[in-house]
Amino acid sequence: MASIKIRAKLSDGVTTVKALIQHPMETGQRKDKKTGKLIPAHFIQEVTCEHSGTNVMTALWGPAVSKNPYLSFKFKGAKVGDSLKLSWVDNKGESDSTETQVS
Amino acid sequence: MTNMKRRTFLKGSVAAGAVGAAMGAGLLTPRIVLAAWPTAAFEAKSVDSALDALEGSHALVGSDKISIRAPDIAENGAVVPVSVTSDIPDIESMSIIAEKNAAPLTASFNLGKGAEGFVSTRIKMGKTSSVIAVVKAGGKLYSTGKEVKVTIGGCGG
Repeated sequence: MASIKIRAKLSDGVTTVKALIQHPMETGQRKDKKTGKLIPAHFIQEVTCEHSGTNVMTALWGPAVSKNPYLSFKFKGAKVGDSLKLSWVDNKGESDSTETQVS
Repeated sequence: MTNMKRRTFLKGSVAAGAVGAAMGAGLLTPRIVLAAWPTAAFEAKSVDSALDALEGSHALVGSDKISIRAPDIAENGAVVPVSVTSDIPDIESMSIIAEKNAAPLTASFNLGKGAEGFVSTRIKMGKTSSVIAVVKAGGKLYSTGKEVKVTIGGCGG
């Protein structure tokens, strides 16, 4: 499951992380055009980022975050080559994570 | 992308795939445990009740140290880019609220050690409304808002 594309760039002591996650982020309010039934809610609830084993950021999301969500945040204290791990969990209990290096 | 970077990237994605498969097979206990997704906050139908559920209060202090970058007019309400920047010291969390959405709280970001006051994402907006950024720092809630016009609503239906 390679649902996460991520880049972490260090500049002037600040690492900027940009991630794009593939996920339907269904609100549960859309109707299937063919059957007329509601498409059940299926959205990422939590995204966490760890740097050297320490949590840097936890995002709590609701269904109003757009489909194929984009996320960016910044933090200090990393060096080039440091490992970053980004993970997500959705309301169905599905999850994925990826590791990248600060460049 | 140079070959080395591509190889590392590919190696990384194969490793991630292997972990995913292992997790699916139940071999690894997920270390990511949903501590407590604030259901009440995300289902709340008003800004005040969402903040009460999320932060225990809806008392907001207007601040000019928060800036919201979002389009004045969003052509597609399903994908509205919103960035929130703040230089208030010791930020604990930053939340994005779409005032007129059926459930106004869209996202909340808890910032860990070393994290800067900046978050960016894309949200769905049902109709023209104010996008409110709430920054929690030093136990207080600071906020600012920006009106975003929506031409085509993004919540489906």
